[in-house]
Amino acid sequence: MAVVTAPVAAAADAAPTGRPLARYGPALGSATACAGFAALIPTIADYSSIRVAWPWISGLGVELSFLIDGLALIFALLITGIGALVLAYSASYFKGHHKLVRLLVLLVLFELSMLGLVLADNLILMFVFWELTTVTSFLLVGFDHEKADARNKALQALLVTAAGGLALLAGILLIGAVAGTLEASALPAAAAALKADPLYPAILVLVLLGAFTKSAQFPFHFWLPNAMAAPTPVSAYLHSATMVKAGVYLLARLTPALGGTGPWLWTLTIVGGVTAVLASIWALRQTDLKLTLAYTTVMALGTLTMFLGGASAIALAAAVTFLIVHAFYKAALFLAVGILDKKAGSREIDQLGGLARPMWRTWVVVALAALSMAGFPPFLGFIGKELKYEGALAVASEPLLVVTFAVAANAMMVAVAGLVAIKPFLGPRTATAAKAGEPPFAMWLGPAVLATGGLVFGIAPELVGAALVNPTASVMIGDRVAKDFKLWHGVNIPLMLSILTFVLGVVIYLALGRIRRGLAAGEAHGLWAAESGYDGVLAGTKALAAWQTRVIQTGRQTQYFLWTTTVLAALLWAGLAMGGFAVMPRGVEAISLIELTMLALAAFGAVATVVTRSRLLAILALGLLGSAVAAIFVFYGAIDVAMTQLLVETLIVVIVAVALLRLPRLTPAPGLEVRWGHLGVALATGVATALALTAVLGTELDRRITDFFEQASATEAFGRNIVNVILVDFRALDTLGEIAVVVVAALGAVALLTRRREHREASR
Amino acid sequence: MNSIILTAATRVITPLMVAFSLFILLRGHNEPGGGFIGGLVATTAFALYAKALGVRATRAALRVEPAAIAVAGLGLAALAGLWGLLAGGAFLEGMWPLLTTTPSGDKAGLPLGSVLLFDVGVYLVVVGSVLAILFALEEDVAASSPEEAD
Repeated sequence: MAVVTAPVAAAADAAPTGRPLARYGPALGSATACAGFAALIPTIADYSSIRVAWPWISGLGVELSFLIDGLALIFALLITGIGALVLAYSASYFKGHHKLVRLLVLLVLFELSMLGLVLADNLILMFVFWELTTVTSFLLVGFDHEKADARNKALQALLVTAAGGLALLAGILLIGAVAGTLEASALPAAAAALKADPLYPAILVLVLLGAFTKSAQFPFHFWLPNAMAAPTPVSAYLHSATMVKAGVYLLARLTPALGGTGPWLWTLTIVGGVTAVLASIWALRQTDLKLTLAYTTVMALGTLTMFLGGASAIALAAAVTFLIVHAFYKAALFLAVGILDKKAGSREIDQLGGLARPMWRTWVVVALAALSMAGFPPFLGFIGKELKYEGALAVASEPLLVVTFAVAANAMMVAVAGLVAIKPFLGPRTATAAKAGEPPFAMWLGPAVLATGGLVFGIAPELVGAALVNPTASVMIGDRVAKDFKLWHGVNIPLMLSILTFVLGVVIYLALGRIRRGLAAGEAHGLWAAESGYDGVLAGTKALAAWQTRVIQTGRQTQYFLWTTTVLAALLWAGLAMGGFAVMPRGVEAISLIELTMLALAAFGAVATVVTRSRLLAILALGLLGSAVAAIFVFYGAIDVAMTQLLVETLIVVIVAVALLRLPRLTPAPGLEVRWGHLGVALATGVATALALTAVLGTELDRRITDFFEQASATEAFGRNIVNVILVDFRALDTLGEIAVVVVAALGAVALLTRRREHREASR
Repeated sequence: MNSIILTAATRVITPLMVAFSLFILLRGHNEPGGGFIGGLVATTAFALYAKALGVRATRAALRVEPAAIAVAGLGLAALAGLWGLLAGGAFLEGMWPLLTTTPSGDKAGLPLGSVLLFDVGVYLVVVGSVLAILFALEEDVAASSPEEAD
């Protein structure tokens, strides 16, 4: 576990005070963690896994259990490795920024949440980390919280992913109920039972909702490009390499348990394919380089989803390889766009040009990353693409469909890669080139390492292939996969498809201007308005809230009281109708004269309260009613209740008498029909209460609790007044809660009254 | 309110009522009474004082802000709970430091402890909260109609 806690320790030690060591502390911690995970590669390459567990809430099957297998290790390496580079980059990018500490702390917290997500074996534990990534990413997207736009977009990302998270939680609970375990590592054994269960469709829908919202699949894709309101290093980390892949990770993790069925196959293939193609078209449309990259990320996520649906060893291996390829080139490009933004002053493709000379080191990095993105040999991207085509031909659903989706998306990727690498650097010189310069080393290092990685692993693909991809694909397929990773496979169908992709890509690149104008025209006519659904739901929720506030929350005390009493009466009558009406209770003998007198007094008080037109008389009559009731309590031996009742009545008269001075006269009197309505509600409540009490008294009383208190009150709590002993000892927690409410209510009332007075004095 | 009889009587009655409220509070464990009822009695006493002599005089006599009394009461009750938690193992568990176990297994001594502390907390919450509201109301009324101010 030292590996996992290293970044925290580093971040805690190095509360960045501006000193270089402190600023780069988190990056060093993350790099250390990455090295720790790398040390586990030989174990994993041997097709084994490591599991550690501590008990947490064992009664509910929730444990602190962690599992490191191929899948978890790939993600852990990407999270910590890219994390280290991004943290170093951020420390330089935000040098001297007053919120640098905040950013680094949030990034480290996010990194830990993400690590927890991929390492957790228990699904509930994974869900906890899942939600933590949602929360930390909300804070990171809204980092520039002074801007309303950033706040809105952070909220959008939060609402979409958190809604999906809720669905996922329900799905996890259903899985637990059906499979009888919440440990992901134990689920494959229950796969047959899960897939045969009548709840399987529900599980599938809920889990997929969680995965699709998190990984920005169509039609939930819109939040991801909007989340580009985040600072560029954040986007590079969250929205290319890590968080958005959480959904993909979930799909991969649950493939052995839920995958392979018809619905799984077709949903993933269609949703993923459609997302990939639409996103690549949108990517071509953008002029902001960061947005272009955001849409290509959506495309990559779609592709991953599509291949995870493939249910064949090669398709899964292709997905895992592409996952690594994409993390490398996309994070590099995002960071490079940050450099352009900072050093050339713009991210708009039309404003950039001729930067190859003043920023040649940056250009080399971008070119390397873009070549991997376009899938040129000998980059890892080429191997990823060849594998994709091989996998597409092997999928269990419809090879032709998947191949078409893949070729279309990849061709557009070639065009986008050209757009990113060629236009800003080799295009005609613009004003931005004059003042452009190279970035500091810490900012250049990250993209350089990532882009070079794409080349190194392309030349020596066995480094990732045998070590990570094969064990991971084995985990998912449940059978040992030993795919060969080679640059040159000879002349075969995947190679033909690659060549077709390049040709199409070049054609698209050359026709880009025309395509963009066409897409812009389409957009003007309201095409692609996928976000309107979100806006509609949000507006609808707000309208519903406003409506119910208008209807129920009128701010009139009488109205509230009427609602409450009506509901109480309705509940009582419903209960009586179901429970049956009781006859007179047993044990009631003749009523004595003094009791009758008190009843008469109470009745008189009640009638007088309602009939009088003077508020003061009404309060006094109410006091009479209360006192008469207190007297009846005395007759029946409830001295404590009687004392309380009497004192409360006294104080109510005192307080309300003061309040009355502030109230207007009772004119104009409410209309007669209103009064009749109130009478109806009052009668319904009163009669129902009387009947309910009669019914309660008519049943045999259970003496067990009474006996316990009678017996234990003196011996265990050393008090003979059972009522008080219950209040302050046996049920003291209830009392504590009640007095807390009293204090809060009093403070609230005082605050309101004092504020009103101050307000009046100020306006005088 | 300017009644000499009421003013004079109040000066005598209020201390008696407060003393009585303490009696009620203390006897509550064995006889009818307790923190809540005792608190109400004390509140009534101060409410009477405020009616006869004015809110300002009552505030001066109390010396402490009523809201502060309420919060202190809540704190005492929570403290009683913590006492049980630290010494007995469960939050709000009753603690009786003055009780000892006799050789025959019975308990002997004065049954005073965390439960009484809790009840005192309840007492203070009731006094502080109700008086805070009452005073704020009285002052609000007085401020809005200056001719009736004391």
